Amino acid sequence: MPMENATATPAENKLPTDTRAFVIVALSAIAWFALYNVIQPFANWLSYGLLALPKDSHLGQSLAFFFYDVPKIILLLGGMIFLITMLRSFFSAEQTRAWLGGKREGAGNVMAAALGIITPFCSCSAVPLFIGFVESGIPLGVTFSFLISAPVVNEVALVMLFGMFGWKVAGLYLVSGLTIAIVAGVVIGRLKLERYVEDFVWQIKVGKGANLPDQPTWTQRFQVAWDSAKEIVGKVWLYVIVGIAIGAGIHGYVPESALAGILGKQAWWSVPAAVLLGVPLYSNAAGVIPIVHALMEKGAALGTVLAFMMAVVGLSLPEMVILRRVLKPQLIAVFIGVVAFAIIITGYLFNLVF
Amino acid sequence: MLTIKVLGSGCANCKKLEAVARQVTEQMGVQAEIIKVTEYPDIMAYNIMSTPGLVINEKVVSFGRIPSPAEITTWLANALEKT
Repeated sequence: MPMENATATPAENKLPTDTRAFVIVALSAIAWFALYNVIQPFANWLSYGLLALPKDSHLGQSLAFFFYDVPKIILLLGGMIFLITMLRSFFSAEQTRAWLGGKREGAGNVMAAALGIITPFCSCSAVPLFIGFVESGIPLGVTFSFLISAPVVNEVALVMLFGMFGWKVAGLYLVSGLTIAIVAGVVIGRLKLERYVEDFVWQIKVGKGANLPDQPTWTQRFQVAWDSAKEIVGKVWLYVIVGIAIGAGIHGYVPESALAGILGKQAWWSVPAAVLLGVPLYSNAAGVIPIVHALMEKGAALGTVLAFMMAVVGLSLPEMVILRRVLKPQLIAVFIGVVAFAIIITGYLFNLVF
Repeated sequence: MLTIKVLGSGCANCKKLEAVARQVTEQMGVQAEIIKVTEYPDIMAYNIMSTPGLVINEKVVSFGRIPSPAEITTWLANALEKT
């Protein structure tokens, strides 16, 4: 998309440039929808027409599944990440801090968890953000609600769940992620763990004066959204392909309900096992979901699968390492323990309800 | 002589911003000292939370994103006028 020369134009040129960006985005959206609608016929044509595989063969089914899912998920990821980043460009960590200032526990936790999803936030900013929140008087538990919901409700995972399971499961994931962030934040707040924050944090003098970022132009918003869609798709496409390939293999070859005994509702230990397994798997969320999708078709339970998902994205080792700069080991342990426990409970709840 | 500070703990975006800032100063041919601020207390003193941040002559001009070379050029030109 040729938008790179459109940033930082003088104010008098702003309107025409923005119009140009809108036209480009509108055309891209049309192209996106057109592409999205030809994937299914194309995948069928490729597997059953061009490769002439019989429709009831394992190989034919696996391949048709693969050729359909790969472009679908990649298109969905690109389009949705673009939209999500657009939405996020209206928020900032500094604005969120201003909104959370003076909020008490409870309402503050709910707001922080919601803002954690929508505030643009990269894990390398976790430490300044933590210091900035705590120093401005936001309670520790409220700060944690933000820090938990930001990774637990992961946008790539959300889009993949939507693409492979539909909006209901994606919605469930969103709501349970929020609930976990709220509850875990409240619990951490109640435990009064301020003494386990590294001492230097309390001594930092934050500069005064509210620093809020300038509102970007529409062209800049589109540019940021385009860059982030490109970056994320560039980062995960290989995982998506490998994940879907494995998933397609399972889909075509593993017999129905083969996994009900191991990953089904009856196996009580499968939820904690899924969480334990999920923690070290960080950053492969894009590859994990297609496999998990195929496993579910063969009898794995939804709660177990969601618990696994949230453990994969929410309890990442790299983030713990970053947060170790400001949190003493005891607080890190409590953080992991509380979030893992909340995820396990959520997993059981879903297995109970569905 | 301008003082340009790049605020950030050393993540990929901070390095990218430093490279862009260096490239712009060279293109403009301005004398500038580029300092990397990596310690959290020093970063926080500028009251920002999203890194990378860019500071020109002690004024925070951007944070939480990598500004375009054109933007940095404008800010540097403004800072030069004032000195």
